[in-house]
Amino acid sequence: MDPENQGQIKQVVDEHGADDVVVVLGAADAEALEVTAETVTEGDPAFVGPLAGVQLGLPVLHIFDDEVKDQVDPAVYQAQVGFLEMTLHPERVRETMRRLRG
Amino acid sequence: MELRGKKAIVIGERDAVPGEAIAACLVSAGVEVVMTRTECFV
Repeated sequence: MDPENQGQIKQVVDEHGADDVVVVLGAADAEALEVTAETVTEGDPAFVGPLAGVQLGLPVLHIFDDEVKDQVDPAVYQAQVGFLEMTLHPERVRETMRRLRG
Repeated sequence: MELRGKKAIVIGERDAVPGEAIAACLVSAGVEVVMTRTECFV
C-alpha cells in the first residue's frame, strides 16, 4: 500500500480511535488482499510507510463478504457491485478473506 | 459484526471494486465512511 494511504489510515485511527473503525476492501487479487490486510493489522510488510511497525489490529472485511453484503441495501448493492461480483470470482475472494482472518 | 454506526476505511481496487462503489453500499448500511481510496495494485 502506498505510503500516502498508510498515512491517512493512521490519521483516521489517531482521530477516531480503533474501536469502531473497520476496513472494507474491494480488491479481487489474493496478493493485494493479503498485503492490504496485513498493513492495517500487523503493519506495513515492506517497512517503508507510516504504518511500518504499527499494529493497528483493525477488523478487515470485503464488500463480497456475506456479513457485509447482508447489511447493505440490496438495490444499492446490485447497482454498485452486482455486475462486478459476477465477473470477479467472489467465492475465491471470500475464501481468501476467511484465510486471512484465520 | 453489526456495521451500523461503525466508521469505515474503504480501500477499493481499480481493477476490481472501486472505493466509491463500496462506500455507497456501506452508507446504505448505516456506516460512516471516513476514508475512501481506490488503489491500483500492479
